[in-house]
Amino acid sequence: MKRKNNDTGRARNALHAVREFARFLASEMKPKGKIGTPFNVITGTIIVVGIALIAIRFYLGLGAVTNLSQDYPWGILKGFNLFVGVAFAGGAYVLTFVVYIMKLKKYEPIVRVTVLNGFLAYVFYAGALLLELGRPWNVVNPIIGNSFGFSSVLFLIAWHFLLYIICEFIEFSPAVAEWLNWEKARRVVEKMTMVTVIFGITLSTLHQSGLGALFLLAPAKIHPLWYSHYIPVLFFVSSIFAGLSMVIIESTFTHKVFHDKIGNTLRASHDDILLGLAKGCIGALFAYLFLKVIELVHGGHWDLLATPMGYWYLVEVVGFVVLPIFLFGAAIRRRSVRLVQFTSFFTALGVILNRLNVSLIAFQWYSSVRYYPSWIEIWMSIAVISMQLWVFRWVVNRMPVFTEPPQAPKEEIIPIGEVVVWKATAS
Amino acid sequence: MSVNRRDFLKLAGVTGCSLLAGAPRRSEAAMASTEFYGLLVDTTKCIGCRSCEEACNDKNGLPKPEVSFSSDSVFEKKRDTSPGAFTVLNRYPNAKNPDSPVFVRRQCLHCCQPACASACLTKAMEKTVEGPVIYHKDRCMGCRYCMIACPHDIPKFEYESAFPYIRKCIFCYDRLKAGERPACVDACPENASLFGTRRELLEIARTRICENPDKYVHHVYGEHEVGGSGTMYLSAVPFEKLGFRTDLGTTPYPEHTSGFLYGVPLVFVLWPSFLIGLNYLAENGNKGKNHEEEE
Repeated sequence: MKRKNNDTGRARNALHAVREFARFLASEMKPKGKIGTPFNVITGTIIVVGIALIAIRFYLGLGAVTNLSQDYPWGILKGFNLFVGVAFAGGAYVLTFVVYIMKLKKYEPIVRVTVLNGFLAYVFYAGALLLELGRPWNVVNPIIGNSFGFSSVLFLIAWHFLLYIICEFIEFSPAVAEWLNWEKARRVVEKMTMVTVIFGITLSTLHQSGLGALFLLAPAKIHPLWYSHYIPVLFFVSSIFAGLSMVIIESTFTHKVFHDKIGNTLRASHDDILLGLAKGCIGALFAYLFLKVIELVHGGHWDLLATPMGYWYLVEVVGFVVLPIFLFGAAIRRRSVRLVQFTSFFTALGVILNRLNVSLIAFQWYSSVRYYPSWIEIWMSIAVISMQLWVFRWVVNRMPVFTEPPQAPKEEIIPIGEVVVWKATAS
Repeated sequence: MSVNRRDFLKLAGVTGCSLLAGAPRRSEAAMASTEFYGLLVDTTKCIGCRSCEEACNDKNGLPKPEVSFSSDSVFEKKRDTSPGAFTVLNRYPNAKNPDSPVFVRRQCLHCCQPACASACLTKAMEKTVEGPVIYHKDRCMGCRYCMIACPHDIPKFEYESAFPYIRKCIFCYDRLKAGERPACVDACPENASLFGTRRELLEIARTRICENPDKYVHHVYGEHEVGGSGTMYLSAVPFEKLGFRTDLGTTPYPEHTSGFLYGVPLVFVLWPSFLIGLNYLAENGNKGKNHEEEE
């Protein structure tokens, strides 16, 4: 009798807890801060119209909304959102390597936000990919189907995306657990961090390079200056400085917006962090340049350098690889954070240029019909990014993303209403 | 059951030898049994009647074109295959003999080692043992990587449909299974398209070149291009003047990515080991530093 009472009591307690949790979630779902900000209005419009455009895309087919053709089957939703977005998300695996494997505690304060950004990038850019698939409902086929295309690089990438998204979620989940006040769960997921970091870096190595390896199958379609057996390695190495410069760009905005709220000690550490990241960038950029030169010598296409495509190639390599090395070098020597930030923008631009070159511009460069994205493609692409920013803001507003681990003083919690502003300017 | 030493050694020897010899023997067997069916298109015999186009259209239930199949007006522009036309004829000028232009059929070449099939992550594109490269539409997710990969730009995508598929020639696979020839071959009045096993077709092609050395270019397009293809061409005019890509090389396309894919298990084994090792060193290094600082 007593036991039964106990049971009903427990059940009632559990029910109560669930109800409390639901109420908590419901309250957290509500927006915080002002609603009618310019950022909200602009991105809100973009998202609403974007959703309508996406509906049209699914109703009428890809031909109605995109400039994709039989000659150019891949457009900017792949060339920009996927190839560029994933390269920029590389900061997550680089920083987890630095902090968890190499134990460089200096970079710990920015790990969480970087992992969050990486996670969201993968979720949303994989999402953008769905928009460009002809039959996205079949996207589960390579995962569950009877049809494992082991010989396909894309098969590898599909699996890696899925696994890496899970890894990044686990890496970020301590913040979720802290938000929910689930102490036990937090301890469990924190113990898994090391495993997911090691697994995540391995996965990243393979799918960052795998995105390049996709183009190995198009030797006759990519301009010889861009096509080489090194493409996978080049994609991997460039994802290191792409990721790092994106981290610099993001923390640049935080620092600018919250200048007066950040204490002196932290400000010093912030500059130190950025200069350290810049050093990392130089290393990766130099390795990349070295590979590019070997590739050029090995390919022996010197004569092509004197063609219009050759000039364009030189713009990419000299303007956006060699120059950033010097600029970063000068910035570090002078300890000029401002120059580091400027150069990061520059480097990121170079990565965008490179990915678009390989996937769109140097692809079928001989073709008389060129591909230019339609405004709807651009709109959908920006809508996806806007959605990502909204989710980012939602998370940052509620979860301890910028806080240091519990034992450290929590002075640098950022009143997040404004994070939105720098994220908005970042996009 | 007892195994004595002699039996054991015999068994081990046999197993070892078969393991050593196994791999080459298997590929030899594959080579011997590879009697892919294919097409030999002799462009010198084609009169441009477009019967093959019409037969293909009928067989595959494709939409009827605006211009009838008996019209020559389509030759004014170079045409490409499309979701509604799996084979198209194009007319090219003949430098040797300006009065008789060259007609070239364009359709899937059914490569021996197709790039599209190796690119497909759902095995929607499949190289069958009979030779045709066929398409399983229920598996396809519409990623269009096959289009990126195909050196001949053959797979075409139904951009105008909300439920699109990739469309291309599948060598009338159902007819082949029923012991028939592809519809286009049956329709050809001039025997410009020959059907047969790849080996037979190559013999015929070489014989023709050998017997008419002045008539033909001494090259069978598709014999070696990207590792060879089921559809092969004979021509009196250099192939690059007939819209063929002659810069594709002879490497089968799947080999371009096989190196990368072989590297994947290596990274999966080596990276975690390196990372654990580095982490161990970093941790100990930190400890050492702390000790020094304490002292």
